[in-house]
Amino acid sequence: MSVPAIELEHVGKDFVVRRAVGRFRRKTDVVSAVTDLSFSVERGSLVGYIGPNGAGKSTTVKMLTGILVPSRGRISVAGLVPTRQRTQLAQRIGVMFGQRVQLWWDLPLIESFELLRYIYRIPPRTYERNLSTFRRLLDLDEFLRTPVRQLSLGQRVRGEITGAMLHDPEIVFLDEPTIGLDVVARQRVREFLLSANRERGMTVLLTSHDLTDIERLCSRILIIDRGRLIFDGDIDTLKARYGKERVLVVDLEEPGPALQLDGARVIRIEGPRQWIAFDGERLSAAQLTAAAAAQAPLRDLTVQEPEIEDVVRRIYQERA
Amino acid sequence: MAELSDLLALYRRLIAARLRAQLQYRTSFALDSTGMLLISFIDFLAILVIFANVPQLAGWTLPEVALLFAITGLTFAFTDLAIGHLDLFPQLIRDGNFDLLLIRPRGTLFQLLTADFQVRRLGKAIGALAVLAYALANLRIDWDPGRIAMLLFIVPSGVVIFASIWVATICIAFWSVDAREVSNAFTYGGQFLGQFPINLYDRWLRRFLAYVVPIAFVAYFPALYILDKPDPIGLPEWLRFASPLVAVAATFVASAVWRIGVRHYQSAGG
Repeated sequence: MSVPAIELEHVGKDFVVRRAVGRFRRKTDVVSAVTDLSFSVERGSLVGYIGPNGAGKSTTVKMLTGILVPSRGRISVAGLVPTRQRTQLAQRIGVMFGQRVQLWWDLPLIESFELLRYIYRIPPRTYERNLSTFRRLLDLDEFLRTPVRQLSLGQRVRGEITGAMLHDPEIVFLDEPTIGLDVVARQRVREFLLSANRERGMTVLLTSHDLTDIERLCSRILIIDRGRLIFDGDIDTLKARYGKERVLVVDLEEPGPALQLDGARVIRIEGPRQWIAFDGERLSAAQLTAAAAAQAPLRDLTVQEPEIEDVVRRIYQERA
Repeated sequence: MAELSDLLALYRRLIAARLRAQLQYRTSFALDSTGMLLISFIDFLAILVIFANVPQLAGWTLPEVALLFAITGLTFAFTDLAIGHLDLFPQLIRDGNFDLLLIRPRGTLFQLLTADFQVRRLGKAIGALAVLAYALANLRIDWDPGRIAMLLFIVPSGVVIFASIWVATICIAFWSVDAREVSNAFTYGGQFLGQFPINLYDRWLRRFLAYVVPIAFVAYFPALYILDKPDPIGLPEWLRFASPLVAVAATFVASAVWRIGVRHYQSAGG
């Protein structure tokens, strides 16, 4: 059995926060960003790591990439201990923070790549091959000679992704890679990540606010809240567990009072239109439609499947 | 050795890239360089004013003090040229952008030191060179091989000493937000104090400059040797040759402080 790409055992990270009490005295508080986290990621998987702001996502990624020293627990990435074997690890992983500029601000894009080539000691053949692949897939040619500070956000992100992957990393950490991108650029980045995962067997751990990214890309989802893992599984499991509630939307012939239906409840009324939530496992849409039609004449109807946003919102609400 | 030449080659590439970037702004570059040149002349003017009133300063003549001024100035200018961007390090910590050094497969201190190159500080070095020429023209020095060697060694070891002080003090940024002020007190302050003979100062300050923050090894002790001058405060003679050793020791201290700082780094944003 091969070593997992990423492995965490009871990992925690505390921050010491000092705040002023009165004029001179200071009080120190210990804040736990990550409480107790254990999971492992197999090589070649594409994992989505999500959670609300302040849940501990970035802290986890920083511990995995060797930026932060964990307060407790054991971490292994590519078989290495991140903070102790930082430079070795850096050679084997790629990291991209969507909100930071990692390229050289006032140099043309291609010169940043050239510098990275020497920083990562990339062999000439690997460099040429990767650069030409990325140029094609991410359409870099039109702005390769433009200084980074003059690039649009979408162009810059494509450049940053290239920069993070030129050295053939085994594992890639992407923190909000599509933030601020338009639909076209976003789609291009997604396709690129999928192909890198499929063709190069690259392990990808992705955090994103955009759950569509996660839904399109990730075979596995980890959800973290308040420093703990609260879900680990694929999209279908997630929807099945938290998204059993489907919604039947009916348009009545004319506005009326809320329909009274066994095993279902009306959650919203707008003129003649009513939204009826029901448990998809206990009741079929057909049964519910028949029951509704018996109470009032229907003009039209649709069934809404749970959106991943709703599912996740519901998880947080349940725990709040 | 292969590792070292690899690092040097990388350094050369990074600096070349920085130069290309800085030369995009030619006017500001020219203005800054001229400004730096003027500042170092004004600094020297202050010394001339002192000597217009007194023939000697704590037993040192004008050309002798000019030698101290030039060595300190030249050393500091080269340090500033190479690592002046360390002034921005506290900002790097505050914004959490130090993260970006930690994800690269190279030493963090190496990456920080090679991150930029302030060509515009060349103005300072030119000013100091002019003062050095003045000092050497007005001093009668017996140029034996030992003194020539000393003159050649003085600047590199001084640069290493200044750079170590800079690195060690800027590490305060890992703990506190006001690091830049504290660090400047030691670097710019050290440069200022180093321009004058240390026997001018009170005893505690002399000891501080000789044994704690080793500014006295940048110019004072080597200058005593070059001038063949007895130490007015009677410190041991071998200290005159100790600058390279002090430089090596300072490097060890600075990199140890750096390592502790990096371990303490908390990044930014949860």
